[in-house]
Parts: sequence; C-alpha cells; structure tokens
Amino acid sequence: MELIKIQVTVNGSKEILDVPPNLSLLNMLRENLALTGTKSGCEAGECGACTVLLEGEPVNSCMVLAVECSGLSVETIEGLSEKEAMKKLQNAFIDLNAIQCGFCTPGMLISAFALLKRNPDSSDEEIRMALLGNLCRCTGYERIIDAVKKAARN
Amino acid sequence: MKVETNIPELIGKDVQRVDVQDKATGTAIFTDDVQFGRNLLYARIKRSPHPHALIKSIDTSKAEKLPGVKAVATGADFPKRIGLYLKDKHIFARDRVRYVGEPVAGVAAVSEEVAESALDLIDVEYEALPAIFHPHEAIKPDAILIHPDLGEYEVANFIFPKADTNISNHFKVRKGDPEKVWDACAAVVNRKYYIPHIQHVPLETHVAVAKVDRAGKVTLWSSSQSPFAQRDLIAKALGMSPGNIRVIANYVGGGFGCKAGLTMEALPIALALKAKGHPVKLRLTREEEFYTNFVRQALAIELKMGCDKDGNILALENTMYWDGGASTEYGVNITRAGGYSCTGPYDIPHVKADSYCVYTNNTIGGPYRGFGMSELHTGIEQCVDELAEAIGMDKVEFRLLNAVQDGDILATGMKMHPTGIKECIEKVAHAVEWGKPSEPCAPNKRRGKGIAAMWKAPAMPPNPGSSAIIKLNEDGTILLGVGGQEIGQGAFTVAAQIAAATLGVPYEPIRVIGPVDTDYSPYEWQTVASRLTWSMGNAVKEAALDTRRQIFEIVSQAWGEEAKDLEIIDGVVISKASEREIPLKDFAVYGIPKNNFEGWIGGPIYGRGKFMPNYVTGLDKDTGQGERAVVHYTTGAQAFEIEVDLDSGKIEIIHAVSAFDVGRAINPDLVRAQMEGGIVQGISSTIFEQMIFKDGQMQNPNFVDYRIATTMDLPKRIESIIVEVPQDDGPWGARGVGEHPMVPTIAAIANAIYDAVGIRMEGPPFTAEKIFTHLKMKDI
Ligand code: FES
Ligand code: FES
Repeated sequence: MELIKIQVTVNGSKEILDVPPNLSLLNMLRENLALTGTKSGCEAGECGACTVLLEGEPVNSCMVLAVECSGLSVETIEGLSEKEAMKKLQNAFIDLNAIQCGFCTPGMLISAFALLKRNPDSSDEEIRMALLGNLCRCTGYERIIDAVKKAARN
Repeated sequence: MKVETNIPELIGKDVQRVDVQDKATGTAIFTDDVQFGRNLLYARIKRSPHPHALIKSIDTSKAEKLPGVKAVATGADFPKRIGLYLKDKHIFARDRVRYVGEPVAGVAAVSEEVAESALDLIDVEYEALPAIFHPHEAIKPDAILIHPDLGEYEVANFIFPKADTNISNHFKVRKGDPEKVWDACAAVVNRKYYIPHIQHVPLETHVAVAKVDRAGKVTLWSSSQSPFAQRDLIAKALGMSPGNIRVIANYVGGGFGCKAGLTMEALPIALALKAKGHPVKLRLTREEEFYTNFVRQALAIELKMGCDKDGNILALENTMYWDGGASTEYGVNITRAGGYSCTGPYDIPHVKADSYCVYTNNTIGGPYRGFGMSELHTGIEQCVDELAEAIGMDKVEFRLLNAVQDGDILATGMKMHPTGIKECIEKVAHAVEWGKPSEPCAPNKRRGKGIAAMWKAPAMPPNPGSSAIIKLNEDGTILLGVGGQEIGQGAFTVAAQIAAATLGVPYEPIRVIGPVDTDYSPYEWQTVASRLTWSMGNAVKEAALDTRRQIFEIVSQAWGEEAKDLEIIDGVVISKASEREIPLKDFAVYGIPKNNFEGWIGGPIYGRGKFMPNYVTGLDKDTGQGERAVVHYTTGAQAFEIEVDLDSGKIEIIHAVSAFDVGRAINPDLVRAQMEGGIVQGISSTIFEQMIFKDGQMQNPNFVDYRIATTMDLPKRIESIIVEVPQDDGPWGARGVGEHPMVPTIAAIANAIYDAVGIRMEGPPFTAEKIFTHLKMKDI
C-alpha cells in the first residue's frame, strides 16, 4: 500500500510519519509511536477506551484516520498527565477508588478532562452525558462520576 | 482453627491501591502494550461458519504461498485433547466443528492484513450435520451426539460424563426424601426458568503473544487470570514439560472469569512453533471476544419447593440443564457447583437435585463471575418469594427463618460454619425500608421492593495451592512476590497490606513484584473463585511470618537475646528486654557485624509461604454426600426498590443495597468497590444483556446491539454494607467477595418487579419491551 507522509503534533512534539491511508489514529499512536496509554476496546467507536484529544476535543481515535490528523495536534494520556487539571482528576480517581482494571481509565479521564475544561461546574447529569460513550465493566461508574465532581470542586 | 482476634492497624484500612498511579497515567503495561519489535508476526484465525459439521478437507497451500505469510497451522498438527476438568477440545478443530467461530486454521504473517487475506485462501470443505441449540433437545435419546467419543475422554475424578449421550456431567444430590413430604407441605411451587447466554465483556479483549526459541522453550505473554494453570494446560496439549514453558501475565483489563483456564492462548503458540524466533500475537476483535471464547452458559432450571404452614421449607427438587456449549472442559465444574449449592442459602431437610452439563452447538460456556450461582439463585430466590406469599408470610421473615446457620447439615452432608447471612438480610431490608410502601413519582408508574439472598463457595479442585515470597532490599523496602493476578479487584493491594501487617512494617515500602511470571513468581492455581484474599492471603501471611523468624534469628544472635523478646514496629526491630533497636534497612541484606570485628551474622532474607486446603473431601457419585464439599461459603443479600413505567415497561432502579459477609474486610473500600461494580454488572445482566443466536450464529456481537450498562443506567442510589463473621482459616477471618455481588441481582429485581406490577417472567433480560408485553398480557 502506498504510504502518505503526514505531520502531526503529538503531546507537543512534531512527528513526521509515513502511514498507510487506512491507518487509524489509534494504531498510529499505539503502533507507530508506542504511546500505549491509549487503549483499544472495540475499534468501532463504541467503547471510548481509545479517547484522545484532537485539537482539544475528545474523539474516539479508532474512528479517525491518521492522515486526517496531518497538521493537527493530538494529546494523549501520556501528555495530558503533565497538566494540573488532569492531575487533579487522576488524584480524585485514585482517592475514590474509581479505578479497578484500569483499562477504561485513560479514555475516561480524557473525556472528563475535556468536559471540565468546557464546563468546570458540570452537573451530575452533564457528567453522565459526557461519559456516556466511555464504557467501564468494573467499577459501576458511581465512583468515576464522584471523582469527576471532586476534581471539579478542587 | 481459631480466628485471630488481634487485628493489626493495617487490616481494615483503606490504603491506596498499589497499581493506580500507573493505571491513572497510562503507564500500566497490559499485554498488548508490550513492545516486541520488528520481528513480531500477527495471527488471524480461520473459523467455522457452521454450528456442526464434519471437516472433509482443509487446503492451506495457497495461503502458505502468499508473500508475508510465515506460518499456517491446522488441527492436523495438534492431535492432543486439552481441557481443565474434561479433555474434550483441540487447539484447532480436527475432524469436526461444533460451534460457529471454532478455530479451524491459523495464519501468522507480517501484518494483520496479510494474515487476514491468507485466511481467504484457505479452503475448507465441510459436510453439515444437524445441530442442537437447546439442552432439552440435546438430552433427547435420539439426539445426534456432539462428542461421540465422550466415553474415552480423560476426566477429573469428580466429574461424571455419560458415554454415548450429550451429558458431560451429571451431579446428583440425594438427602432425605422429598416425595415423602410433599403431602405435608402447606404450599408447593413448581417453576421453570431460562437464563440466557451472556458474555463477560472485559474492556480489554483477549490477547496473547507466543514465542518459541530454537531450543523449543515457549514464552507466552497473555492477558490471563491463570498463568500457572495455562502453563500446565499448554504443557499437556503439546506434550511438553511445564519447565520449558514460561507465561508472563501483565495487568488484565477485566477478566470476570473469561480469562481463566486456557482458551485462545493456545493458538499463537501453535503458530509460533512453526515460526521459531518470531513473537506471534493474536488479539481478538470485539466480535471474536463475544462468541469465540468463553461465555456464561445458559441454564434451564426446573424447581419444586414446598414449606409447612409455619414457613419451614421442607423439600426441594431442583433439576438444572446447563447449556455447556460445544466444549464443557471448564463448564462441567459449574454444573457441579450448581449441584452442591442447589438449595441456595437455606436449610432444607429433603433435597433431590440433578445438575446436568449438556453439550450443544452453542458457543462454549465457561466460568463467569459467580460460576453458575447467578443463574441458580435466579430460580431459587423467586420460588422462595412465591412460597412465602403462598402461606401469607413476610418474605424477609421467611428467609430469616430458613437461612443456613452454623451447625446446619447442608444438602451434601457438610456442616455449615458461622455465617452472617441473617444480618445481611436484615440490613438490606432495613435499608430499603422493607414493608413500607413508597409512592411512585407519576400516576403511570408503579413502585416495588424486592429482596434476594445468596451463597457461594469457591468452586475448584480440592487442592488448589497458593504461595508467596518476600525479599528484603538494602534500604528496607520489601519485595512481595505472588502468583495471583491483579485483574482490577485489588489483589496486589490486599496482599501488600497482609504482608506489611504481619511483618510489622508500614504499607508504603512494600513493592508487589509484577508482572506475574511463571519463571519468577511463586505458584498460584488460578485467580478465580474469589479465592485470593483467603488462599493467597494465607500464603502471604505465612511468608511474612517466615521472614520475621529469619529477622529475629539474626538479631537475637547478634544481640545475644531471645527471639521471643523481639518485636518489629514500623520497620524497626525492638527488644522488649533490652530496649535496643535496629531498623531493618541496617541489616536486611548485609547482616550485622559481630563485636570486635569477629565476623558477621545474617545475610539476605528471603521468606516463603504457602497455603493449600487439605480438608475438602470427595462426594458420592450417586448421592452427592461427603463430609466437606467445599472450603466455605460467602453469604449475602441484596434489596432493590424499583419503579416500573406502565407506558413503556421501562424500569428505573431507585435504590440498590448489598450486604455481604466477607469475614474480615482487609480493605473495606475495595470491598465496597467490588459490591458496587458487581451490582451494576448484575443490573446490566438483568435488564439489557442477552446473546442472541440464530442457527448458532450470534446476531448481536457489538456494543450497539449487545448493550451493557453505561453512566446513564445507574441506580439513583447504591448502598454497600459490610458484614464480618470471621472465617476460621482466613487471614484474620477474611473470605472472598469478588463474584458474589452480582449473584442475587436478577432474582432481587425480578421480585421487585413482581411486587410493583404482579408479573413474573421466564428469565432475564427484563427489557422494557418484555415487561411491556407482559403488562399487556395481564391488562395492566
Ligand atoms: S476502541 Fe475506539 S471506541 Fe472502542
Ligand atoms: S476499570 Fe475496568 S473497565 Fe473500567
């Protein structure tokens, strides 16, 4: 397959990559850049485990092609973990035991991060809506929602 | 054994989990995150499109010639049968396929795309056979045999297959004689239920990477609850020594039973054997995860239960047909568990139970959180409700009257140990204000309350072992090695707490060695059955005691004191006699110098511990009787308040309460986290989940059509209550609780629906559509 040259800013650093046209952003991150904090749970846009920020907005990276990201900026859990607002969320998740197997956690945190950036005093209902696309099979969600509220308060 | 009453401060403390910093920052390594470099090959599997067919021929020649293909494997290369309790499957199907999705051939290639294209080049010729999709069909005398050679299969000595039938296990319980007491009953209920197939749906699908070196040593990286059992099963399947197989198991992104035993992991090994030196990775797609590996098997259950006018349950007849699917290598033991726990948590004098594991051409049933108990209790707990109602007794009172108690002789002849089930029932009833009617929020809505109790024993062979090691580092930090797996439940954290509390050191310096690696970690049978806190916990405690003994030996020698006068507090060895003290870090590796440079005392400290129950007995083949069927039972109860919308049939959960007797909560917040996650998974299985099959092909293998609970489906209020009646041989009395929180859920919600609108359904899921139809049938 013919490769296409793209330039993407990932967590602030410029990456120049030759990618096949059908490569997903998810696989670009995981396979080409070994940024494995972004998880794959369905590759059909149905679970949210692969959530990253594209130009600051949360997207399911399995549903975005790498070539579509040329010239754009992508932030993953690895990069976002440096930000104060993300640290607050992470600490709240940790304090409230909102993490079990941890597979949904990076995507969950990024969806929550994007929500709080947009609307720091989100209501319960808004938090639930924002996390609707992020499946978690372990925790029962309650603690995740409480953690987002806690991070918003701090 | 006597329960320890001296509880260290760290036991019962909500310390921070050992794994969460990594998990929160995306640095925790799951199997698919391990980097293998450019030599990595990708595997894809050619699967059966037929539910039942003979394989006439397989031609892989074209696939082998495709550029980029490095290995192709079929059943011809792997003649040995594999299985945990019954060896009834092959790595790849050989002469016949028995379910849609069964592996027929595999390809390893330089990319997934090439491997996928190679699959299309493999020609398989089938001759379709009649297929069976319901256990009732499969047990008919003229049913086609799915495993004609069943009589020749190797089987564990507590599993009883019937040759020349589709029954791979028949477990019987005979206690008293129900026939004699039906007439004496004031009320008898006869009921049938069907609990359909569901899937575990871990967020991380199965993934395994295998590598075979030139000398033939196999290394497997797998997302596994059972690295040691996997090693053993692979060794048997390939005729190898377990010593030549190494399994490395990183963090597991959700297991719930489906990553126990050995399933798809054998496939990349088969390919790696033909592409030596190359790591070969197989990662299941979400669709494959749904129906090509373990699922929760369906159950058709028939119950007859009777009680006297005072509410004492006198007799139970329980017939269970488990839809084991195409292979029942693991499922046969679910059938056994259903058998010995057939009464639910009640003291019933006359019991006749028959639990059948039945082959069908459905996908393979395997262990799922609860190991048959959710399905069983769905039937038992609705019957109990109906009996209480039939004699006009309050449903909570009825359960309290009949609940198992210390000293009761159970259906198998085992004597019950102390249990907090009554307290659990009382507490959940109290929490939902049992008996007090509540007002619906709108005229077209009805509210109801429901309760269900439960019990569950760890289901396993009689002798599953655990072990643990402890190593002291130069700076006084402590390495703790366990073979139990962290699958989200918090096993590593609890192990670290137990080690620290026993040693007399703070929690923070404990480092749990990971990933679990069969070459370096101590043995653990499997991370299943809610057995780790109890079994692995005992091993960790013994390793810590062994470490203490070594520490005291060194210090007592050095100081010329008696070991009995020494204590470890906060990582410092202290003498009660001389008041001398020395921190562990001052001698942990290098020892203590003798006076006047006359040499040294001590050396590296390395503690070890193990645990294996040695008291579980066999049960009689014809009666199920034996002295001790299981190690213990964890009991509990749940109560719900729900609201049914009469216009749509939709139910909303207003209040969901759990109480479980965990013996001793080592980390209470983690116990509550299990209860919450479990009850939501239970609610999801009650309201939404069902694998829909057509001619053996799953119709809904994706998250749109197979819906699981989301953030929008939560109860308005969830409450989790811990009850602690200690277990005599648990660490400080602890018992497991990982599975139990979803066991009573279906029944409790079914009972609440009945309370609200007076309908009972054959089985879950209680979708809005199903409820609405039932409401219409009753003109509500
Ligand atoms: S992997 Fe992208 S949404 Fe599931
Ligand atoms: S913590 Fe396991 S899926 Fe969310």
